[in-house]
Amino acid sequence: MPLDPRSRFDTFVVGAANRLAVSAARAVAQSPGAAYNPLFIYAPSGLGKTHLLSAIGQLAKQLQPDLQVEYITTDELVEQLHQAVTRGETEAFRQRLAELDVLLLDDVQFLTGRQETQSELLRLFNVLQRSGKQIVLTSDRPPAEIADLDDRLMTRFSGGLLVDMGAPDYETRVAILRRRCDERDVTFAPGVVEEVARVVFANVREMQGAINRLIAFQTLGEGDVTVESIRGLLGDRANGGGPQRLTPKSGEYESFLSGLAVAVAQHIDARRVKLVESTAEWRTQGYRTAALERALQNAETADPDALLKEYEEKVTRLRALEQEIVALDPSQRGSVQFRDPEAIDDLERLAEMLRAESSPPPPPDASLVRAEFEVGPSNQLAVHAADAIVEEPGLRYNPLVIHGGPGVGKTHLLHAIGNELLAASGGAMTIACVNASDFVNELIAALQDSAIETWRGRYRRVDALLIDQIEMFAGTERTQDEFFHLFNTLTEAGKQVVLTSSRAPRTLTEMDERLRSRFEGGLVVEMQPPDRLLREKLIARQLAAAGVTPAPDVLHAAAGLELPTARDVLRVGERLAEMAMHSRGRLTSADVSRVTAVRRSTPVHRATPSGDTPFGDREKTVWDWPDLSGRIIEDLR
Amino acid sequence: MSLVNYATREITCKIVYYGPGRSGKTTNLHYVYGQVPDERKGKMVSLATQTDRTLFFDFLPLDLGTISGFTTRLQLYTVPGQVYYQATRKLVLQGADGVVFVADSQARQLDENIESLQDLHANLGNQGMDPRTVPLVLQYNKQDLPRDMIMSVDDLDEALNFRGVPRFAADALHGVGVFETLRGIAELVLKRLASPAEAGSR
Repeated sequence: MPLDPRSRFDTFVVGAANRLAVSAARAVAQSPGAAYNPLFIYAPSGLGKTHLLSAIGQLAKQLQPDLQVEYITTDELVEQLHQAVTRGETEAFRQRLAELDVLLLDDVQFLTGRQETQSELLRLFNVLQRSGKQIVLTSDRPPAEIADLDDRLMTRFSGGLLVDMGAPDYETRVAILRRRCDERDVTFAPGVVEEVARVVFANVREMQGAINRLIAFQTLGEGDVTVESIRGLLGDRANGGGPQRLTPKSGEYESFLSGLAVAVAQHIDARRVKLVESTAEWRTQGYRTAALERALQNAETADPDALLKEYEEKVTRLRALEQEIVALDPSQRGSVQFRDPEAIDDLERLAEMLRAESSPPPPPDASLVRAEFEVGPSNQLAVHAADAIVEEPGLRYNPLVIHGGPGVGKTHLLHAIGNELLAASGGAMTIACVNASDFVNELIAALQDSAIETWRGRYRRVDALLIDQIEMFAGTERTQDEFFHLFNTLTEAGKQVVLTSSRAPRTLTEMDERLRSRFEGGLVVEMQPPDRLLREKLIARQLAAAGVTPAPDVLHAAAGLELPTARDVLRVGERLAEMAMHSRGRLTSADVSRVTAVRRSTPVHRATPSGDTPFGDREKTVWDWPDLSGRIIEDLR
Repeated sequence: MSLVNYATREITCKIVYYGPGRSGKTTNLHYVYGQVPDERKGKMVSLATQTDRTLFFDFLPLDLGTISGFTTRLQLYTVPGQVYYQATRKLVLQGADGVVFVADSQARQLDENIESLQDLHANLGNQGMDPRTVPLVLQYNKQDLPRDMIMSVDDLDEALNFRGVPRFAADALHGVGVFETLRGIAELVLKRLASPAEAGSR
């Protein structure tokens, strides 16, 4: 929606009741995404929320003309979303909003009962905030009072700066009315504007309506409006009943008041006022503010700013603890302790206890170590990337996606990364290293036990998430959704994610597009079938383990076998080692040919590597049975 | 009682009008009361004798509304001026944030003025307040009377204002100088907020 060009900062009259909101709005316009994000402004209707939004948009545009700024009311957002869904253009709609630099969303109290829009907004919030884009919201009430607002949205709304605006005082009202007269180029008889300002209106909009009416009377040739005629012209409003006169006609009391106001303003400690305002704000959000209140009662409080900072740090910690504890034990949700900074020690103890009780996610297999992972040209890119993320987890390539055919060593490398990360952190990191089908099964079990929050918490706490064979997520809608949120949470927090797949991520068409694009967003490396050098290294290691030192020509011949997977190479190594045992350690090129002959005549099944199989053709042997149980249950769900 | 309560966003000042009998303290309060818009009017409590002299004290709570975000209230008290109400004066003076000394400008009342001012100093001292630092203003009332009956502002300064505190010429009956005096004392009281060290043992 277009911004109203008249609603700018220079046309907004600032008074005590809205000073904080205006300065926050200005800061946001000057450096979007940097100052207060989101900025949440709430005030009763007609006090200038929309004006401020428009002013932010225009100033931001003026300072940085390239910015994408969008002003939209909540109703309009709902409408646009509906249209997009109807036309099947949801993705385009999301895309358009995700590209904004500044989102100005008016009247978010209308989110009540709009679950779909709420979840869309949550998604948008995540996207915009992650990329440092500014969000400004207005409402006629604080977030906590918006009925059936999603908890996650509420915490996001309250996560930046929450400011309210009050009704303007008399002087500000006069200033607003004078400005309106200037805009319309109308001059009233002395005292008229002041008299109108003394009439109590529900809000500024109504007051401006009244002055508009007077302007009309005056300019339409009905004669000049006088102080005495105001009552007649404004009707009931100015005559008792609803509106009341604030002051007697004689200006004595009024000038006494305004003089006193100046004195009060001069002598009040601004830092303590800020302390009060912040205290009220925290209280609105449901936090216990006993410590701040004690400081307020105490005239000797040394440094209100430091006190406030300390309190804010405690609240941040409380929020983190709340998130963690609720994830570990959902029955703790809503506990009043989460709003009490003085309960922080108790909560720390509780969190520690719960952490100790909850089972950690599956760790990497300690037997699959990096030292035993041989490197050759066919896999060196993947190995270099793996080494790089062990050096700087979360910073270099996130996510790292390793793909390649079966048996090339993806699983080994994945577990090796996990073990290296563990070793590098001295065992301090929590590493989840799990096969995708186990991941699906765990989720299903959690759903059965209504322990989904515990399950989420378990994974959200990890420092690195390593998932093997993500192609197994195919067809698991819920898992993909959960994984998407987990992925976002972890990568946002700078936690490393490593995935392996039998196919390149872009070809995983059975996966949600948003997941595929995220996979592509990190580093995708392929592991090729083992090259000659790698084959040689693998066989030499296998033989060395059996105490055999092969002649160079034997090793050369063995490495010359074109084997599709590292697994096959190891098997050949194993056979050669067995033969060497029978021939007292002496191997010849002929032995290599024999191994090859056996290998060719007996396609090896994984379960019976040396047994006979009824299938002469290797192509007809199923090597990797997918874990179907998870998929079936998922489909039935 | 704290003067500025940041927690409840309230400013409450107790201001005591002090002075000899019949100098016009209650008149000051009546004038203020008359000017306050109806919805801001508290109940003025006046305990007067049959001859309209203050028996106990007058009390006018003045709700000034919200100033700079603070609900501001002035509590105006008068003491009975007559010498024999000493105990009442002490009582009313307790916890005062500021004092308006209302002097009768009539030349023949000079001794009463001086006596009452000394009484004020003594009573402040008894309350543990330092008379030199308590916010104080003087009001020279009845300046509307014929010149030959009253002392000039300069003469009154000479006689009473040896500390050089703000002083205001007034005709309380007609409201002249009443609000100026009130504003003068209110500003002095507020000023003490800025330099709490001076507030001493208050």
